[in-house]
Amino acid sequence: MNLIKGRLFHILVPVVSVLLGLLIGGIIMLVSNYNPISAYAALIDGIFGNGYNLGETIRAASPLILSGLAVAFAFRTGLFNIGVEGQLLVGWLASVYVGIHFDLPKVIHLPFAILAGAAAGALWGVIPGFLKAKFKVHEVITTIMMNYIALYTTNGIIRAYMLAPGERTKDIKESASLASPWLQQLTEFSRLHYGIVVAILAAVIMWFILWKTTTGYELRAVGFNQHASQYAGINVSKNIVLAMAISGAFAGAAGTMEGLGTYQYMTINNAFTGVGFDGIAVSLLGANGSVGIIIAALLFGGLKIGSLTMQSAAGVPTELVGIVIALIIFFVASSYLIRWLTNRFTKGGKI
Amino acid sequence: MDFFQILALIVPAAIVSAAPLILTALGGVLSERSGVVNIGLEGLMMFGAFIGAVFTHYGEQWGLGGGSPWMSFVVAIVAGALFAVPHAVASISLKADQVVSGVALNFLAAGLSIFLTKKLFGAGQTPDIQERIGKGDVPVLSKIPVIGDLFFSNAYSTSFVAVFLAFVVWYIIYKTPFGLRLRSVGEHPMAADTMGINVIKTRYISVIMGGAFAGLGGAIYVASIAGNFTGSTISGQGFMALAAMIFGKWHPLGAMGAALFFGLAQSLSITGEQIPLLKDIPDVYLLILPYVLTILALAGFVGRADAPKASGQPYEKGKR
Repeated sequence: MNLIKGRLFHILVPVVSVLLGLLIGGIIMLVSNYNPISAYAALIDGIFGNGYNLGETIRAASPLILSGLAVAFAFRTGLFNIGVEGQLLVGWLASVYVGIHFDLPKVIHLPFAILAGAAAGALWGVIPGFLKAKFKVHEVITTIMMNYIALYTTNGIIRAYMLAPGERTKDIKESASLASPWLQQLTEFSRLHYGIVVAILAAVIMWFILWKTTTGYELRAVGFNQHASQYAGINVSKNIVLAMAISGAFAGAAGTMEGLGTYQYMTINNAFTGVGFDGIAVSLLGANGSVGIIIAALLFGGLKIGSLTMQSAAGVPTELVGIVIALIIFFVASSYLIRWLTNRFTKGGKI
Repeated sequence: MDFFQILALIVPAAIVSAAPLILTALGGVLSERSGVVNIGLEGLMMFGAFIGAVFTHYGEQWGLGGGSPWMSFVVAIVAGALFAVPHAVASISLKADQVVSGVALNFLAAGLSIFLTKKLFGAGQTPDIQERIGKGDVPVLSKIPVIGDLFFSNAYSTSFVAVFLAFVVWYIIYKTPFGLRLRSVGEHPMAADTMGINVIKTRYISVIMGGAFAGLGGAIYVASIAGNFTGSTISGQGFMALAAMIFGKWHPLGAMGAALFFGLAQSLSITGEQIPLLKDIPDVYLLILPYVLTILALAGFVGRADAPKASGQPYEKGKR
């Protein structure tokens, strides 16, 4: 029975993890005196129940797709980008800045604002990439530190230069907006915007770069084995910086989803948005592939939006979904366990 | 305002905000010196803060009075240790990516602690605790001129506990057989295994002890600074403790020094408005200072910081 190996296993792990996560979430609800069946029914209703919920789910998934792509792209080159959160914030700020301070026709202004966000994110990602390539500093720590620097710096910039009443910036100009009255009308006036198109486009771009270009081949080679890549004549340092730049660009683009799409402005954030950290979960569950990431982002976006209905209809706190997501990450990360279990069952107890 | 008044304003505030950081950073030192990266410090601290707030509140209702926070510390130590178990199992036995497992622990803490808060109290926050850790003058020592006023007057007892424990951890890691095993397992697990040291067991103990320290750090944060637990009580302190651990070069006393320094930066950003020279500097610079310094330290500009050799790698017997 070699069926469990290879491709099937790659699909099996996320599916089993999601089911186990939901199962344990149900047990937690049972223990805390909630009815898991009505809670999950409310959750599903909150995701697909009506046009509004569906629109909100897709809206919530758009930045998650991009942040998931950001984490995954770095992962493919053997880097762990925990700094998506910070790159997202600087991207958000840059896109809002361009959205407010420029006066251009929409065909130029909107792409310009998105690219500005992506460029800011890329710049924020290059710093840890450079430190890794030049000084061998572990990117996990530097990206975490860069998150906090981004949080306080963007707040400081808004407070000093861009403040409007309500602890936020002014609204962006209409010509830089991703908002779509047509999509809103279609989904019973949710906040759905064209960001989902940008996100799917980005997923295609990632697939193309990684699998259809020489650069992508080099990036993946570095991810598999740095020393072998070096020996084969690949410039490892250059690829590390490049991977962090592209990863940061995806993260910055995720910020533009919030700035140009959902909110049309940027607030002074007291804490992180969480979208960047969720990106880690998305990319893990999506097995670092474009299609997987889109599916995983829709799932997590749905869980987040659905949890609101779960709270109002079944009385279960929204945080239950946070617990379920944490459990799913644990299970995916511990795929060793699932591999071991499946091998037990399929080989009849023999190892 | 003369120089001494400024010091008298900053130093006690720095020590107060440093205590939880010191303890959490010590937790990080224990875990990482044994070779298990612990990004989950934030989550461990958050869960400790939650337990601290809940059990101080219950302690008050059970009539424990001033002993309530201390009772909550004991519970938080146990809870932190237990909460570190999933991270230990995933990253040691199941050979999961330790960073991913730590991130999952942070998610789990954020979800679980607020879920339970809502379940227990029907609101997004715990009731305010009445019995906080009080300030007090240390007998005799507070009479010493200058130093007495700075360090031993109006001081929280928890700060002394934190500094004392830093020395305890230093003693454990550098002066006991267990500490030698802990370090060897973090530097070269295969060599340690060959010498008959149980790598898995040593790592489990270290990670779980680390969880206990971080849990205590969170509980002390609630009892001395926050006063209750909400979703935003612990927002970044755990990561700052992680930074302190690195800036202190994975050494318990270094981590303590770094935590004190970061506490200073934090207290400057709060008290800065009262100090003439600092008034004109936007607090952004003080807020980002700890993180910038950590990056510089890692890059080798402020003394090179190198992680334990085997940190981040699951140990597999017989693997080359």
